[in-house]
Amino acid sequence: MFDALQAFLSTYLFDWLAILITLVIQAVVVVLPMMLVVAWLTYAERKVIGYMQVRMGPNRVGPIGLLQPIADALKLMTKEVIFPDQANKFLFIIAPVLALAPAVVAWAVIPFGDGLVVSDVNAGVLFVLAASSIVVFGVIIAGWASNSKYAFLGAMRGAAQKISYEIAMGFALVTVLMIAGTMNLTEIVNGQKGGIYHWYLLPLLPMFFVYFIAGLAETNRTPFDVVEGEAEIVAGFHVDYSGMTFGVFMLAEYLMMILISFMTAIMFLGGWLSPFEGIPYLEAAFAWVPQLGWLAFKVSFLLFVFLWLRATFPRYRYDQLMRLGWKVLIPVTIVWVFVVGAMKYFDFGPWFN
Amino acid sequence: MGRFLRHQIKTWGLTELFKGMALTGKYLFKRKITVRYPEEKTPMSPRFRGHHALRRYENGEERCIACKLCEAVCPANAITIESEEREDGTRRTTQYDIDMFKCIYCGFCEEACPVDAVVETRVFEYEFHERGPHIMTKDKLLAFGDKHEDQIAADRAVDAKYR
Repeated sequence: MFDALQAFLSTYLFDWLAILITLVIQAVVVVLPMMLVVAWLTYAERKVIGYMQVRMGPNRVGPIGLLQPIADALKLMTKEVIFPDQANKFLFIIAPVLALAPAVVAWAVIPFGDGLVVSDVNAGVLFVLAASSIVVFGVIIAGWASNSKYAFLGAMRGAAQKISYEIAMGFALVTVLMIAGTMNLTEIVNGQKGGIYHWYLLPLLPMFFVYFIAGLAETNRTPFDVVEGEAEIVAGFHVDYSGMTFGVFMLAEYLMMILISFMTAIMFLGGWLSPFEGIPYLEAAFAWVPQLGWLAFKVSFLLFVFLWLRATFPRYRYDQLMRLGWKVLIPVTIVWVFVVGAMKYFDFGPWFN
Repeated sequence: MGRFLRHQIKTWGLTELFKGMALTGKYLFKRKITVRYPEEKTPMSPRFRGHHALRRYENGEERCIACKLCEAVCPANAITIESEEREDGTRRTTQYDIDMFKCIYCGFCEEACPVDAVVETRVFEYEFHERGPHIMTKDKLLAFGDKHEDQIAADRAVDAKYR
């Protein structure tokens, strides 16, 4: 579709201009819906946590509070951005941008359906992994530029936590790559074709949990939000941020949440594949659901689990967090790499043929 | 060995985590206890202590006899009373001010009053935006009492046997 648009434009304009316009349109088409999802994810979060605490959650703005995100966005945009006196202004401003940009960039390689992807690169997994690790630079620079003890502590915690959990996350993905034999996200999903038991969830069940837990740590969500830790370091790295600079940090955090959910769905839950594939009557009954519909369903369930976990578990203490990362998750992943190796050698199940 | 195995299964099966999530998952569907305040209100006791009022007898005579017991008992010194002898020889107040900012709504004034003149009503939805109006003068308190007399009398009647 976009190729046709580009061809159409290049008959009237310079080639480079046609390519540029097409790229901008593609970016907008992907990023704009994501921003809207982020907005209503904040609403969903407050609502879900409220319901789990036997409260109503936001219910004043619009019907059942549905316009709350718009009110929040307006409030953040009109609020004054306060610069701390001793802060490094340049770094202070660039930090939220550095946090948001990689979280947005990663969407370039995420497939929303078979062939429905901005750029179908072969090293998609690596690209997403790289982009999602760069987000931590925003956190570190924010903590440094604020010139505040609490922000700095939060940033240091964030850096250490990200590095620790990145390893477990990477190893979990290694097992997926071992089964799929490719780093292309579209091909990884297509490799899971043929019914629900073909999904990588089954042979990689522990890795699924490890990946999701590491994802929680990557996005600084509870129970791993020591970076923000309200109780001990006020709000961590964004303690001095206000208005839209703060809003951009929130945007980055929620975008990362959605990204991790997408990655989990693609890697382990068969992406856009129907769970009823190969089941006689159900497959026909659910044939009308589009690919994007299944993907959206899986992603929203995973996002719900993100919120569910936040409503359930208290925050990890910092040393416990490090112990879990280094002494539990990383050994488990390494062991499972060998298990997957053995399974592959013996052509175990339907996954390795 | 059995205990060891059970412990390992519990740890690696994340059973405790799933138990916790089952609990919060159950509460997701529980009936919500929130009271949507302006539209819904909680039930109120007849002993509720809100805005003050001065009452009158049925013939229109004000009850207060300026005994100043309420002024004496008030722990926040919120009440100021000045009195004089009226033409008919009875003692009446010339000034009866309640400082609503000082008042802690303890209800001692109402308890101290020998003639049930000063009372606290069920009205609690009022506010002051500046200094000045927060001093409730005698006129305002009497007018307030006239306005809510039915409710005040009904509440006193309900509570009468316990007083």
